[in-house]
Amino acid sequence: MGTSITAETKAGGVHTAELALTINGRVQRLELDTRTSLLDALREHLHLTGTKKGCDHGQCGACTVLINGRRVNSCLTLAVMHQDDEIVTIEGLGSLDALHPMQAAFIARDGFQCGYCTPGQICSAVGMLAEVAAGWPSHATEDVASPRIALTDAEIRERMSGNICRCAAYPNIVDAIRDVAEGAPR
Amino acid sequence: MRPFTYERATDTQTAVTSVSRAGAKFISGGTNLLDLMKLEIERPTHLVDISRLPLKGIDDLSDGGLRIGAQVANSDLAAEARVRSRYPVLSEALLAGASGQLRNMASVGGNLLQRTRCPYFYYETADGCNKRDPGSGCAAIGGFNRTHAILGASGACIATHPSDMAVAMTALDAQIELLGADHTTRRIAIGDFHRLPGDTPQIETVLRSGEMITAVILPPPPPGQQRYRKVRDRASYAFALVSVAAIVAVEQGTITTARVAFGGVAHKPWRSVEAEAALTGRPATMATFRAAAEAAMANAVGRGHNDFKIELAKRTLCRTLAQTAQAE
Repeated sequence: MGTSITAETKAGGVHTAELALTINGRVQRLELDTRTSLLDALREHLHLTGTKKGCDHGQCGACTVLINGRRVNSCLTLAVMHQDDEIVTIEGLGSLDALHPMQAAFIARDGFQCGYCTPGQICSAVGMLAEVAAGWPSHATEDVASPRIALTDAEIRERMSGNICRCAAYPNIVDAIRDVAEGAPR
Repeated sequence: MRPFTYERATDTQTAVTSVSRAGAKFISGGTNLLDLMKLEIERPTHLVDISRLPLKGIDDLSDGGLRIGAQVANSDLAAEARVRSRYPVLSEALLAGASGQLRNMASVGGNLLQRTRCPYFYYETADGCNKRDPGSGCAAIGGFNRTHAILGASGACIATHPSDMAVAMTALDAQIELLGADHTTRRIAIGDFHRLPGDTPQIETVLRSGEMITAVILPPPPPGQQRYRKVRDRASYAFALVSVAAIVAVEQGTITTARVAFGGVAHKPWRSVEAEAALTGRPATMATFRAAAEAAMANAVGRGHNDFKIELAKRTLCRTLAQTAQAE
């Protein structure tokens, strides 16, 4: 049979579902309109406003979160699809007292100006470095059959192309990511 | 977005039964469908989530081919060692598409079913679009049509298919495995899966009501070198103006096998048997490549803004063939 998620039809033909989402290690129980994107569940229902809404169409990357360790656009997926998944947002990566190395590197390298795209950039960069560690090739990889990836600036830029920065802090974003990839002490 | 009910399918048989009700649709990665639902171009009343179905395997076949489950993520397929070593054109095509985040979500089956990015279909909904609203006309004809089709179009629609992956699969002679609402399976050659627009551009594939893509079958790789080349307005994260998947084998200076498919030029991935015929048995020289490019585009029609794509497609093919033959 189908889902374990219970659904109910409300006045006005709106359908709701009760579900449990695991976000930053905590199980959160919610009753949501089935139409609710994961992004809106995070921001509007759980008040985790670190994750940003930019375009809401998967074009800007501001809403990037990690699901089961993989970076995704939270605007283009439904909250109801993520029961049983481990979701990590910028709030779960680090805290003011204990920054994630990527957060620290963005500060050290001044990898932002207005900061709106930054949570998405950081979550994306963390997911991206995991992809590199797993040996995934990219469009910038000369020979996709090669098992080793040399993380050049061209590789970083290509792999981060799903995150737009309208302040164009790109050179410093690349520097920050390279620092973390190389384990630079900062 | 219109309201809908949701269920998560746990096996393929109940999934095809569930989707057979009126207004129901499958959802997998959701990267295209949810986008279209937000714009109310797609208005399903029930979603059957097939993203958790056990269709995520990439299995060796006894003939040396590969069976790719329809729920394999685009990123997993691009990173798969057997694909990278034996079908590099497929890895390259996948990696040329979308962004890292989207490739992590998008499924193989969903990639095949992507809908066009024609702005009159997607955004300019006050204008006519026979695909979105059959009978309302095609605003792209005589409108802004820089990215539109140059081959196989009709007076009803000049939209292009947006996939990169499907272009490589077309050059590789892939087969698509389908499970029907009557619980029987069938296989369709990828070249027969997508339709040309004709008078019914809203019907984009030969999928029957309730049918689900369960796998893509790759035959053993053909001899020769493989390459995917994509030309677009940005260096990354943009749809193709023109792309080429080429597989070329050269022996003692003569082309012995040639496969050519174009992306960004038609309503479907465009296999060019004309280019292949112009290459096979000929010397691997620029004169041959140019002749193949002329053959491939012999029936190409520009609509004004997209006239440049005809010459661009020719040059992209020549460049890709030169690189591919040189690597041989």
